[in-house]
Amino acid sequence: MIAIAPIVYLVIRATAGGGAQSLDVSTIWPATVRTFALAVFVAIGAIGIGVPLAVLTVRTNLPLRRIALVLGALPLVIPSYVGALALLGALGPRGLLAQALEPVGVFRLPTIDGLLGSTIVLVLFTYPYVLLLTASALRRIDPTLEQAARGMGRGSLDTFLNVTLPQIRSSVIAGALLAALYAMSDFGVVSLLRCTTLTREAFLRYDALYDPAGAAAVGLVLAALALLMVGAEQWTLRGSTVAARRRVRARDADVPLELSRGARVGATAFVTIIVFLALLLPLAILGWWAITLVGQADLLSQIIEVLPAAGNAIAVSVAAAVVCLLLALPVAALVARTGGRLPRWIESISYIGYALPGIVVGLGLVFFAIRTAPFLYQTVALVVLAYVVRLLPQAISGARSGWERVDPRFEQAARGMGRSGLDTLVRVTLPLAAPGVLTGAALVVLTAIKELPATLLLRPNGFNTPATIIWQKTNVAEYASAAVPALILIAISVLPVYVLLIRPEARSYRRST
Amino acid sequence: MLSNRRPTALLLTIALVCTAAVLAAACGGSGGDDKLVVYSGREQELVEPLYAQFTKDTGIELDVRWGESPELAATIREEGDATPADVFYAQDAGSIGVLDSQLTPLPQADLDLVDARYRDPAGLWVGVTGRIRVLAYNTDRVQSDALPASVLDLASPDWKLGDIGVAPTNASFVGFVSAMRETLGDANTQTFLDGLATHAKTFQKNGQIVDAIASGEVDTGLVNHYYLYEKLGSDPNAPIANHYFDPSDPGSLVNVSAVGILSTSTQKEDAETFVNWLLTKGQVYFANDAVEREYPLNASQPGLERAAELPPLAEHMGPDVDLAKLGEDLEGTIAMIRKAGLVT
Repeated sequence: MIAIAPIVYLVIRATAGGGAQSLDVSTIWPATVRTFALAVFVAIGAIGIGVPLAVLTVRTNLPLRRIALVLGALPLVIPSYVGALALLGALGPRGLLAQALEPVGVFRLPTIDGLLGSTIVLVLFTYPYVLLLTASALRRIDPTLEQAARGMGRGSLDTFLNVTLPQIRSSVIAGALLAALYAMSDFGVVSLLRCTTLTREAFLRYDALYDPAGAAAVGLVLAALALLMVGAEQWTLRGSTVAARRRVRARDADVPLELSRGARVGATAFVTIIVFLALLLPLAILGWWAITLVGQADLLSQIIEVLPAAGNAIAVSVAAAVVCLLLALPVAALVARTGGRLPRWIESISYIGYALPGIVVGLGLVFFAIRTAPFLYQTVALVVLAYVVRLLPQAISGARSGWERVDPRFEQAARGMGRSGLDTLVRVTLPLAAPGVLTGAALVVLTAIKELPATLLLRPNGFNTPATIIWQKTNVAEYASAAVPALILIAISVLPVYVLLIRPEARSYRRST
Repeated sequence: MLSNRRPTALLLTIALVCTAAVLAAACGGSGGDDKLVVYSGREQELVEPLYAQFTKDTGIELDVRWGESPELAATIREEGDATPADVFYAQDAGSIGVLDSQLTPLPQADLDLVDARYRDPAGLWVGVTGRIRVLAYNTDRVQSDALPASVLDLASPDWKLGDIGVAPTNASFVGFVSAMRETLGDANTQTFLDGLATHAKTFQKNGQIVDAIASGEVDTGLVNHYYLYEKLGSDPNAPIANHYFDPSDPGSLVNVSAVGILSTSTQKEDAETFVNWLLTKGQVYFANDAVEREYPLNASQPGLERAAELPPLAEHMGPDVDLAKLGEDLEGTIAMIRKAGLVT
């Protein structure tokens, strides 16, 4: 029901207002192509960075690989819009680099915008989805298969392509799908970098044309495109089975792949460049803005001003994750165990909310709440509900991958020993599925904590989050004024990332060494 | 296993506490039935001190909903008759103009405080402050005497001053193009847009254009006059100034921020007090205290000294167009802006 709500709203809005007629296909067509291209390029780029990083940090003797994994995953906490602002501040036409080059006669650097610029920025801030899902998949596949392949004289690359890759494929593609759909729903980056996607077309219809029917029609096109992407995911995964379950204790079997000296240098350079561009540079710029432009006196008062908002963001995000889990667990269990049509269908539909712009989901909930549940209107409950509509697929895919890890024979054994179904679920299945389930929950928290458009529309009066404060500040003054709330937003996001995503990954190193 | 339990228990506790907090907050409801609910499309940083002063003056407490004007307008339309809003104070005339069927006429005495050209002919909304379209420029890179008297020169093939910052889908630019269509006709307007597009660099918002001018990313840009003062407020040494076109030039359009009362409001008396206050005492704040130096539109209000330092609004009347009519063919205007290739 919740997953379908936005679609119902879009259909009502688009037809009631004659939006289907008012929608001039010629204006939508270029944006549709651009959105599709952006989603595909971002998916490819995220795979291109995320998979090598995962392999290097999980499977090789890369120096400092544990730290590399942690740093490689952290760009997830930087809101892509803030990241884009910071990168422009550093490398933009008149950014810090251009100012540094002024003495040698360079005044303006070329503008890297449009599809290319948007792809680069979105890849830099979404590849961690692929990295995290791939790294955890790599860790749970059975390494004896690879050892066997190598023992039969296969090369490392050959082994990776033919033995490892097929086993981690579903995780890689699940991560790429999250990255692609994120790119489709993104508004901040594409508007900053001049790439008119469908999301921007929808905003244009609200903001410049006051045409909600037209915006809803654009939203329907976007929803169709999202279903196409999800369909493509399922098509690529057709016939694939769940990865062979690990039966050997890690420490017995994991032998890191030795990199040659040249490969080590190259790999280290690759990791360094990515971490520099996606994490260190944006953080450095934000820190620089906070220190130089806010002023020492204002710094403390600004921090104090943002702290209650940070508390708000944590509370609604965690609540959203809890609700997402309650809804996701049954769906995930049914998909993983029965493979039935209906649960799979629900899972696919849920991705639509994730690909829709926040403003569409927000106005949809305004529409429903005011008509059916006015007592919920402009309360935090509705904010939580908006996050659930938008982020449910993250929870479902996490929970599903967790469930797929659980060998049904454990459950059968428990039942055989006379445990009840509920008891088996609580004592056996849930603990084993927990890592995947928690990964999904952590992704929900992380994405919700920085959500802006739906939060703005649905929040109670006077309710702020760091994201709304960034919006409020960049509305008037220059971007640098957003540095303090942005840094606090990043700081509070680091905790869920570390506790739920990175620590379980990093901890298994200890087991394997 | 034991070492695993503790973090799990901690996580569960955090999750439960957060959920409980949210539930408690939700059950508390939005409350505040006695407060006047203002949907404010005007920036919080700008008008929050103004609203505080209103409450101090009148004792009427405000419950303010902050947002972008077009999105608040869309929200009010979705809310329909159930809208909690009593008053909508919008950034531009266009955003409030689309709500005509949900607004109630304002008292004639209030309407009469403002020149007829800055209010709705049906009296559903009234302009509070005015702003003039200008060409902002970087004073280090452009000589003021090189700047043209007419906005039409910006589209000329002879334009020598590099990229011009433009926010093509922003309400202020769309309104300017709609006004040009009224005064010069569609063919001339399209020619202008096509020419402008050959040396335009597009941005989402006016504030971004002013930043780009100050940093030297572009040398000039089409904005409303007050963005200069916003920029100078945060960076007093920014090398940036406003160039005003000829007073009657299509480039000198005057637009307004505007306020209206919802017909479903249950607190019309307080709402009318709010509107009247904005048009009287509130004018002093815009004239003398606000960083953004907009024009107070009620010239009869005493105490507007600092507004006199600006180029007089009376001399920059701009093209003679009806602001309420600018929103009539937005689709057509946007289609022309698209056709010129300005929406990238």
